[in-house]
Amino acid sequence: MAKPPGDEKTLIGRYGPHLQYEPPGGWQDESRNPAEKLVQTHCCFCGQQCGIQLKVRGNQVIGFEPWEEFPFNRGMLCPKGVKRYMQSAHPDRLLSPLMRSEGGFRNATWDEALEFTAGRLREIQQRYGKDAVAVYGGASLTTEKSYLLGKFARVALGTRHIDYNGRLCMVSAGTAYKLAFGVDRSPNPWSDIPKADVILVAGSNVADCAPITTDYLWRCRGRGRKLIVIDRRMTPITRNADLYLPVRPGTDTPLLMSLLHVVLREGLEDKEFIAAHTLDFDKVAESVRQYDPVTAGRITGVPPESIEKAARWFGKCERGFAMHARGIEHHSKGVENVLSLINLCLATGNIGREGAGCVMITGQGNGQGGREHGQKCDQLPGQRSINDPEARKHVARVWGIDPNDLPQAGLTAVEIMEAIHRGEIKGLLSICFNPLVSLPDANFTREALEKLEFFGVIDFFMSETAHHANVVLAGSLQEEEEGIACNAEGRVIHIRQAVEPPSQARNDWRIICDIAHKLGKGKFFPFNSPSDVFNELREASRGGPADYYGITYEKIDRQMGVFWPCPDLEHPGTPRLFEGGRTFHADGKARFVVTEYRESGDPIDGEYSIYLTTGRVVSQYLSGTQTRRIGALTYQCPEPFVEIHPRLAAEHGIQDGDWVTVTTRRAEITVQASVVRTIRPDTIFIPYHWAGRRSANRLTHRTLDPRSKIPEYKVSACRIRKAQAP
Amino acid sequence: MIHVDFIDRPNTIATVPMVCMHCDDPTCAEVCPADAIKKNADGVVQSSLKPRCIACSNCVLACPFGVPKMMSELELMMKCDMCYDRTSAGKRPMCATVCPSQALAYVPLDQIVHERREIPTNTFYFGAERVTTKVYMMVPPGAASISVDVVDYMWEPPDEA
Repeated sequence: MAKPPGDEKTLIGRYGPHLQYEPPGGWQDESRNPAEKLVQTHCCFCGQQCGIQLKVRGNQVIGFEPWEEFPFNRGMLCPKGVKRYMQSAHPDRLLSPLMRSEGGFRNATWDEALEFTAGRLREIQQRYGKDAVAVYGGASLTTEKSYLLGKFARVALGTRHIDYNGRLCMVSAGTAYKLAFGVDRSPNPWSDIPKADVILVAGSNVADCAPITTDYLWRCRGRGRKLIVIDRRMTPITRNADLYLPVRPGTDTPLLMSLLHVVLREGLEDKEFIAAHTLDFDKVAESVRQYDPVTAGRITGVPPESIEKAARWFGKCERGFAMHARGIEHHSKGVENVLSLINLCLATGNIGREGAGCVMITGQGNGQGGREHGQKCDQLPGQRSINDPEARKHVARVWGIDPNDLPQAGLTAVEIMEAIHRGEIKGLLSICFNPLVSLPDANFTREALEKLEFFGVIDFFMSETAHHANVVLAGSLQEEEEGIACNAEGRVIHIRQAVEPPSQARNDWRIICDIAHKLGKGKFFPFNSPSDVFNELREASRGGPADYYGITYEKIDRQMGVFWPCPDLEHPGTPRLFEGGRTFHADGKARFVVTEYRESGDPIDGEYSIYLTTGRVVSQYLSGTQTRRIGALTYQCPEPFVEIHPRLAAEHGIQDGDWVTVTTRRAEITVQASVVRTIRPDTIFIPYHWAGRRSANRLTHRTLDPRSKIPEYKVSACRIRKAQAP
Repeated sequence: MIHVDFIDRPNTIATVPMVCMHCDDPTCAEVCPADAIKKNADGVVQSSLKPRCIACSNCVLACPFGVPKMMSELELMMKCDMCYDRTSAGKRPMCATVCPSQALAYVPLDQIVHERREIPTNTFYFGAERVTTKVYMMVPPGAASISVDVVDYMWEPPDEA
């Protein structure tokens, strides 16, 4: 049983999070001992993957220097990027394998820890079947590691259950784009943003979650073009909006359908484009007829005249550009929300042109690349479907196995945790994933973890989830391993190794191969470096939608990134997809897909009458395993808080700074109030980066989108009351 | 040596980054009893000179923009010197280099006029005192008041009863 050994306080005292405020040697040290080299690489945090130069001395990262030549961010960084180097040489860094001991963990040798891991996995599979073991991956891993992990699960373990934390991030967008276009990638490069005439930002807190994208939007606005923002909160980008639509949580679909309603009523659709390049327009046209702006206004709380205005701006302009993120995707109808936005873009012919299109703002570091090559339960390398016999044959050939031995699609991230809770999955190997903080309904997650017969973790810090582990294998930080990642715009970039893993810590790719060898499957993992893995990945992806065959590390360096698909070595890459209106579907046509409005999975009622929504702050990243260990970032936002509109606060006698208990049908947490006029009075917001009693995900629910299986983080029903300080 | 503040978080999401404005006639230098604050020929007002600064805080109190900070553990006033180590070597200051929105931009004046809707100004009035600065601030042309209550953007349908 995987209960944490010893009490939480002792574990935190030993393994952190502790706050690192200064670089190794202190602030003054660099003037005496300057850096030996500058390594051009990328930030390890969000999906933008900004270029950055790390200062290195004596196998330690001691600082950074902006990388102004890298075209995507031209030197710009957010606070996370500026302080990212503080994670290296951190006192909490795991330096050797750890195994459970009486009341805690003890250092172990690699051989002992690997033998134990492989032995336990083998025992569980022999006793309960291959699928009694699951693998969790992370979207911050390089593409090589993601690929390797998918192969490891399917070849070394032979389980069908491998999924990753991108399931909590990009899958609604990915599913929708595959339905509409036959491929899962932002179709336009970011350089198209300043060239748009009207930009519609739907459910994206750009300033906090994709900070440098703000500059692209400002450059568009600087040209006198228009910005429309759809959000339940006024986030900083709303300051610059020409039109703001404060949508009621969970009602994005009718709002977006109403925009299309007005476009069609006014005859602003692009009839030629629709006829030449799309299918099923009539069905969608029929479906939006019911959502006139007044009807939509009643559902969404957005003034009908604002809907009219937004639709006219978007419909009449030459270049419309839609950008969306988790605000419309973290819903039990996340796929439909995205499809509703795609329908609007298709109807107005805003696809595949310079300055015109529809893009998803990827949230996690390698959110794009991490899902293309095999750690997603339903996908094989190259973004191939695991159900496609031809794809299975191709990948099986590259891997040297019989296609019949390749497992079928397995469960998704939340479903895996539910299967663990039901006792169906008994063993779990997890890398770079902190589900106790990031999955919805955290108390349920904790119960499930406690039921595991074996839990192995590969990570560089002891996450809260790792407290439950039987064995923790000290892996590598992003700067300790070479590889590639793919940023939000589909640009494949080169992560350069700046330093070696310290002490006994080991490269992740090597740990995965080591376990495979211990499982007796070494011949399928003959790799000696990440570039060996990359070369096999190129072959495995060849001919698939995400074709990386023509990409090499050298080409990436030379071109400052290569946009996929890149099918051969002479190919320069594909910055913009769907040019000439041609999509990745066999007939080249885009699909309109009918969408339908339904209630949230956790509807409000008399008792739970307020919408709870969660999200990020600029100084923290995901479950905080890295950023909650960096002093300056934690100083900027030390604790979660709850945003409440003064009208709602007054009803409950709450003032700014008061402690407030937020209760949902699952749990309650107590945090301090930030009383602000920038959120709807029927909605509260809590950022989710923290663990334990400060965890917003104790409150959220496990309702999933039926197609993408993304959890509905953006709508939970709750009630609030003023409380005493805990 | 830059601070970013919410202006009035309960009522707005607006933030303002405050760098040294590098006044043409720097009040901080004028009130310094130790002559520890120097202005370079290129108009950059330096942070205090360590051998001279007596940590009296006159400059902290006098600066109309609230920029200088007393570092009591160092007995030294420190403020933005426009990253003199960088700018004197042809680089941009760190803040303007990394600023994700380019709210802080280190560019020629005519370029920013061309790129932005807002207009640059470097003239400020504090009561009767007119202060001109090397650093410009972007202000909306003919700024009107802007509503920041989300309620003003929402709609409740008229009662049908």
